[in-house]
Amino acid sequence: MQEGAPDPDLYDYHPYRGRPKIEWPDGKTVAVWVAPNLEYYEIDPPIHPKRNPWPHPAPSVVGYSHRDHSNRVSHWRMAEVMTRHGFPGSVSLSVALCQHHPEVVADANERGWEFFSHGIYNTRYSYDMTEAQERAIIEDSIRTVEDATGQRIRGWLAPALTHTPRTLDLIAEYGLDYTCDLYHDDQVQEVKVAKGKLASIPYSLEVNDHYGFFVYNMSGREYADTLVRQYERLATEGEQSGTVMCIPLHAYLIGQPHRIGPFEEALEHIAKDGRAWIARAGEIVDAWREQVG
Amino acid sequence: MSTLPDSYTQYPKRGEGYDHDLYKWSNMHERVPVRWPQGSVAVWLCVSLEWFPITPGGTFKAPGHMVTPYPDYRHYTSRDYGNRVGAWRMLDAFSEVGVKASFATNAAIAERYPELIEAMQSAGHEIIAHSTDMNGTIDATLGEVAEKELIGDAMTRLEKATGTRPKGWLSIARQQSFHTLDILKDEGLTYCCDWVNDELPYRFANGLIDLPLNHELSDRTIITVQQQSADSWAQSMRDAFDWLAKEAAGIGSGRMLPIHLTPYIMGLPYRIGALECLLADLVEREEAWFARGEDIVAYWEAQQ
Repeated sequence: MQEGAPDPDLYDYHPYRGRPKIEWPDGKTVAVWVAPNLEYYEIDPPIHPKRNPWPHPAPSVVGYSHRDHSNRVSHWRMAEVMTRHGFPGSVSLSVALCQHHPEVVADANERGWEFFSHGIYNTRYSYDMTEAQERAIIEDSIRTVEDATGQRIRGWLAPALTHTPRTLDLIAEYGLDYTCDLYHDDQVQEVKVAKGKLASIPYSLEVNDHYGFFVYNMSGREYADTLVRQYERLATEGEQSGTVMCIPLHAYLIGQPHRIGPFEEALEHIAKDGRAWIARAGEIVDAWREQVG
Repeated sequence: MSTLPDSYTQYPKRGEGYDHDLYKWSNMHERVPVRWPQGSVAVWLCVSLEWFPITPGGTFKAPGHMVTPYPDYRHYTSRDYGNRVGAWRMLDAFSEVGVKASFATNAAIAERYPELIEAMQSAGHEIIAHSTDMNGTIDATLGEVAEKELIGDAMTRLEKATGTRPKGWLSIARQQSFHTLDILKDEGLTYCCDWVNDELPYRFANGLIDLPLNHELSDRTIITVQQQSADSWAQSMRDAFDWLAKEAAGIGSGRMLPIHLTPYIMGLPYRIGALECLLADLVEREEAWFARGEDIVAYWEAQQ
């Protein structure tokens, strides 16, 4: 990016109308990927000058234990529902989860899910990191996930969505193929980086379960309906050129007992519709890259 | 640009298990199955009885506390409405369908409103200790000595006013310090309800039990924070019950549905009907076991 410039120059402008046709396998119109955030939040992390991790001094009991629900209860509830309807996960992983709760990571790996890095912990923020510190978290991520799962990470979602001006250049330099941090499009797009190539795959804040429940204050049923509407529109528009729909999840939210039932119905709707290419993030980026070069 | 110290990218607690020693990790679906005396889903009604001094205090502002400059008649009286009217509607609603509940009660409530305590006790409801009053918040800034005094004071006053020493504790806003679990244990409590990381009871390292009172399912979260209607809240409770009943049948272990109620929220005339309809539905479900917190803890403990 252009540090300090009003336009960070992350990408070129491409109008949605009249784009070259992106084709997904088997004539599908929308690539659907599910992105469970498998996270570890520290109970008493060092305080970053730009962001306080918790609303109360440690232990912030509800904040910490709510997120811990994922790793004791709701990961499996969410994962079972996904598996039942044929949705693999592309995991946004706090890589320290590989050390703290290897059982969660192993379960996701056994289900054939893909892993990308979401930083070391979701309570360590990248703002103000030196280049050496930032390289250290990228190298740590690559090494940790490879040791735990045998997979080489191909993507990045910044820890707690915290960046530096050099993050995108660095992950491209390390050979990562995609970022989930840019929200400017419903199709995969090229990102401008100093060296190599980097794709922006649509993740989503708008249909992220956290936004659904705690920004837009939806009920479980309203959120499920939102997913179906998002899907229907993107599936229709994808006839012109293949679109991407991401469903970003947190088990401690979507896996609560009052929300998981309606969510399962939304997944079932998408799986049965016939227009969805249900895929992992890396497969979507590969299919796009083959067509655009 | 400021820079971060080297320690910011060092992780001394990165290792197997948690980054604390308060409790051990375990995943719910692999535990020894738990059975309830009837049904498969323990429905735990827990009502918070809160007295908000018009002079706010405490280490942080309790949810629902005063908002305007002093004197905030608006919030003082709307909160007290719950104790004068809403709680009585709930007592009637429980009695109508013949179920017992837990009441997480400030010591000040027990002292100020003995009629309410008498009604709860004669109906067989449980009293859970819920601090002194809504200024009785706990967090790390309180200090261990003051925290011991606060919890001790709440327990002594509740025991004196009700004639029984509560077995359970609910902190205001479920917020604790790193000392709280040990202080609660020293006070002779059996369980607390603050940690929302599980859907069954589990034991802390010091022997105290957690009975998780899911905050996501509370009327405060769904109605006050998320601004949903009472009917939407009731629909969520039905969806949760249906899911848990199905999960219990599939895995062959009991499940638990905590329903956390606030009299000044759900006890309003235009909302109480949604609670009454929900209760009428759930008592007809053969999977439902309506139980007080202490009963759930006792059945769970006997099977460990």
